[in-house]
Amino acid sequence: MTTSNYATERKTTEGKVFTVTGGDWDQVVSGTDPINDERIVVNMGPQHPSTHGVLRLILELEGETVREARSVVGYLHTGIEKNLEYRNWVQGSTFVTRMDYLSPLFNETAYSLAVEKLLGITDDITERATTIRVLMMELNRISSHLVWLATTGMELGAISIMLYGFREREYILDIFETITGLRMNHAYIRPGGVAQDVPDDAIVKIREFLKMMPKKLKEYEDLLSGQPIWVERTKHVAVLDVTGCLALGITGPVLRSAGLPWDLRKTMPYCGYETYSFDVPTHPDGDVWGRYQVRLAEIRESLKIVEQALDRLRPGPVMVADRKIAWPAQLAIGVDGMGNSLEHVAKIMGQSMESLIHHFKLVTEGFRVPPGQVYVGIESPRGELGVHAVSDGGTRPYRVHYREPSFVNLQALPAMAEGGLIADVIAGGASLDPVMGGCDR
Amino acid sequence: MTSDRNSTGGVPVPVTPAGASSGAPAEHPPSSPAGRGMFGTHGSGDVSGFGGLVRQRQPIEEAPRPYGGYFDEVRDALEEAYPYFGDAIEKVVVDRGELTLHVRPERIAEVCQVMRDDLALRFELCSSVSGVDYLGADERRLHVVYQLTSMTYRRRVRLETAVSAEAPHLPSVTAVYPTADWQERETYDMFGIVFDGHPNLTRILMPDDWEGHPQRKDYPLGGVPVEYKGAEIPPPDRRRSYQ
Repeated sequence: MTTSNYATERKTTEGKVFTVTGGDWDQVVSGTDPINDERIVVNMGPQHPSTHGVLRLILELEGETVREARSVVGYLHTGIEKNLEYRNWVQGSTFVTRMDYLSPLFNETAYSLAVEKLLGITDDITERATTIRVLMMELNRISSHLVWLATTGMELGAISIMLYGFREREYILDIFETITGLRMNHAYIRPGGVAQDVPDDAIVKIREFLKMMPKKLKEYEDLLSGQPIWVERTKHVAVLDVTGCLALGITGPVLRSAGLPWDLRKTMPYCGYETYSFDVPTHPDGDVWGRYQVRLAEIRESLKIVEQALDRLRPGPVMVADRKIAWPAQLAIGVDGMGNSLEHVAKIMGQSMESLIHHFKLVTEGFRVPPGQVYVGIESPRGELGVHAVSDGGTRPYRVHYREPSFVNLQALPAMAEGGLIADVIAGGASLDPVMGGCDR
Repeated sequence: MTSDRNSTGGVPVPVTPAGASSGAPAEHPPSSPAGRGMFGTHGSGDVSGFGGLVRQRQPIEEAPRPYGGYFDEVRDALEEAYPYFGDAIEKVVVDRGELTLHVRPERIAEVCQVMRDDLALRFELCSSVSGVDYLGADERRLHVVYQLTSMTYRRRVRLETAVSAEAPHLPSVTAVYPTADWQERETYDMFGIVFDGHPNLTRILMPDDWEGHPQRKDYPLGGVPVEYKGAEIPPPDRRRSYQ
């Protein structure tokens, strides 16, 4: 048992080295008497297949009943917000996309919207770029919900749905690869627009996907909705009502599963969502079953939006016209992967000295953003994804803070789990859909 | 990581990390004062002459009435519902279509309470709590920023408070908005701002025994040793780059 708050340390030639151990674990355990006391303390995670990544849960159990639950996060903290402060504004996209790795395009859009608001060019974003953003975000919402369905199914013992969910998600990732060049971590949506136009074969793929997906959704429902074990494990489990959600700041499908149709796409529209026709599904019960229903219904709504976005795509520029902001790159797939197209490089190098200087300045120095601060919130698959961006007038962000729905929503876990069975901790935790990459940033 | 390699050449002498007592694990040279120079280099190495440039920070200006939109309504409703309005609100700023109320730190919990409960305000949701370190701006450099959302009226308001690094204390708003729990812990973790009355103000993202508060602008950054004759890539804020 350690008496000091800090871990033991020793001196090396490299400096001081801390040996981090379980901390107060001994203290926690010594508080219980394993023979006469029914209460035991169980440390679940941080490496556990059912905790959705590196999430550690400390559970105090009495038999199978959870008396107290505490979640410990931070195992995946990578300091992305700090890193952003040492890169220019455009480079920020490549960092934020790595936060919540299941919804990278939402991270990018939120960041881009914030930077554009700081620059005061929100109205200059071309229609095609905005439509592409909506299209990509909704496809991403579907893929994220599919992963939720897949992993939650697996955690509750339904292995087939895991395979099905990942299979269909892979189809969406293929579409992303066609459009952005990458399956994940796209850095595709950038301040000013998107990195490049959508190729024609991607449109064909998306149309195929739109045709295929409703059948698959039917298949999932046939597989799960009538399944007695699935129903038993989700209905009236991990209930959280609207009051609880609001107090704990829970947004997204979890809030909507409690009956409040709060969806930023409808209530505080951005990217022209007010012009699309779609519904905000809700459920009255606020349990895991409700969240399952809401997410499946949201996939259907997203399919509607994707279809409308496809119909609206008209040829046009995908970047703002301002050459002081628009990233002067034309990407192409070469033998060694994606990079600047050789023709474009030849054009810059051959055109004029001024054009070369301009390209060099914009790439190395970046653009300056007038001082000030903004907050932009968008509806990610997990709830309100907010970006608080501060500029001091320089070429780099002064501070960017992400209000991550995974981080905020995880606070609800004790409220859902305490007093229930340990098996329901898994169902409840999974129903929050936390992504630790986003939570810890 | 000691001071040996930085003791010469006109390079600033390292100081202990912000909030640290023993220095480890990140005892590195201090970052450059924000807003100085053009390329981020100081002392020797910069022969461009741009190193002497000082970027002026614009003071935050009070917005004139009327603010436009719902901002006037929010201000008036708060003024009516909260008797200490004149004392608590230091400044009202409207910028880029967003309303920011600068609140005296000791009043923040009261203001939040009124913002949540008053029928004309109804800011039910505290969307985000975070910090910003305006190093070098003025004495109270550590700012805490609250983004409040009214779901009833579909409005957003930002509350901003400022405390000094020497006495970084302000009341916790967890009693009003329980959702601020983890977010205040994160702000404490990253900026060392102490929220009095918080039920469990411990580190949340960094390891429990971490020293210093990494998001502070004077938190020292580490360089990367490379395998070439003991060379080292300097920390990002000391590299020669545009600022």
